[in-house]
Amino acid sequence: MVEFERVFKRYPERGEALSDISLRIAPGELVFLTGHSGAGKSTLLRLIGLLERPSRGQIRIGGRDLASLKRGRIPYHRREVGMIFQDHRLLPDRSVFDNVALPLEVMGVGHKEIGRRVRAALDQVGLLARERATPVALSGGEQQRVGIARAVVARPPLVVADEPTGNLDPDLSREIFELFERFHYVGVTLIIATHDLGLVAKMPYRTLTLSEGRLVNDSGGW
Amino acid sequence: MARSGARRQRSLHQRTRPAIWLAQHLASARDALCRLLRTPLPTAMTIAVIGISLALPAALYVLTGNLRLMVSNWDETAAISLFLRQEVDDATAATLAERLRERPELEAVRLIGREQALREFRELGGFEGAFDQLEDNPLPALLAIYPRNTQPEDLERLSAALLELPEADFARMDSLWLQRLRAILALSQRAVFIFAALLGLGVLLIVGNTIRLEILNRRIDIEIMELVGATAAFVRRPFLYAGAWYGLLGGLGAWLLVTLLLSLLQGPVSRLAELYGASFRLAGLDALALLLVVGGSVLLGLTGSWIAVERHLRGAHPV
Repeated sequence: MVEFERVFKRYPERGEALSDISLRIAPGELVFLTGHSGAGKSTLLRLIGLLERPSRGQIRIGGRDLASLKRGRIPYHRREVGMIFQDHRLLPDRSVFDNVALPLEVMGVGHKEIGRRVRAALDQVGLLARERATPVALSGGEQQRVGIARAVVARPPLVVADEPTGNLDPDLSREIFELFERFHYVGVTLIIATHDLGLVAKMPYRTLTLSEGRLVNDSGGW
Repeated sequence: MARSGARRQRSLHQRTRPAIWLAQHLASARDALCRLLRTPLPTAMTIAVIGISLALPAALYVLTGNLRLMVSNWDETAAISLFLRQEVDDATAATLAERLRERPELEAVRLIGREQALREFRELGGFEGAFDQLEDNPLPALLAIYPRNTQPEDLERLSAALLELPEADFARMDSLWLQRLRAILALSQRAVFIFAALLGLGVLLIVGNTIRLEILNRRIDIEIMELVGATAAFVRRPFLYAGAWYGLLGGLGAWLLVTLLLSLLQGPVSRLAELYGASFRLAGLDALALLLVVGGSVLLGLTGSWIAVERHLRGAHPV
């Protein structure tokens, strides 16, 4: 599902963020990405979502070489990668429903279908009752669940999450991870960047560890 | 994933492509209008600025159009009115007219005899009683001269030649000032175009700047939309529609202003025309001009927002 081959990412202002990363993630896998802050976790996820391009190396998502993807095709790539952020990235002036509907709206899905899918996604994250609320009226954990609902509403085969529990207390963090586990059970490929090592250790999933832009440990997989 | 993704998309797209396209456009247009209406005061001010900017050249256009209409009513005016001496009677005047008609440089000569002049004067109103008190007709015979060539220098020469005739008293060159008026009209029409171009540029800049601020305000929204897979066209569309709405509303505002202006002027103009024994109704913006003002305004709004969108959405893509 995700293949990195000798990928480097260098920023002009802060030097090498990723160096010589090679990895493969199979379809349906749930993978944790850990490492201290600045280790390159976010950069790696940004490369997958094509928020940035690598300086060198090849990235293939779902068998497609991202380097061959023209700028105009990037939106279509992003529709197949659900992205979750630590700061949620919700539209503050739109309701929960509208926030979750955004990916479908962008794709041109019809009204009825949007209603059905958004409610299904909100139901999955337990926020069906709050669809009329605006994000500011929600707690941090609820906002993150809205972000998750938005990431999965279009049923992308791949979901990446960047520190999804960074601002949450342990109980809420566990809830969020259980939610990810449920997506894993239905066959979604998930890559979750986190420094919540305690939680990661309790779950039986492959863990990739980055340090100073290098992949220093891979607990399993290929 | 490519193939399963395509299948997934098809299952989401239950409608046909044109239907999606149309629905997205309608949604964008509605969304843009709702956004404008959510901040009524700034929107109204922007629209007012556009309306006033466009009303000015439109009003000038209408006024010169009216003047031209008025002038075209006078096209029958003789180039030279040759007044004959008081003692020349109608019979002599008629022979003189016959003689002049043989001249090749003259297109036509119309005789208004003394009796006829008196009759017309009476009919003009206001003088009914006055002439009855006079013992004899004080009006001279008049030859209305229509030369082939109406260049000002030729007219001057012709008029000098006519005054050499023993029967001639004095000559008035009616068409000369008409020509000057026409020249002034042509000048003011040119001015209308220049004004329209300058103020149109102003509208372009106003809309461009308004949209630029809107884009800056919604930077985060734009970023998020791009994160979830919005195409560049999808992101641009609401801004382009906002520009078009500004243009449309501003254009209608301009039309309203011009109509208001004309209705304010209609009263005094009619009174003025009445004083000259004529009736004149100001013509408003004709359908073509209306289409030009409103359509041009929409186009200006669209272009202004397009420029802003091109300049300020380019930098928004991380890749």
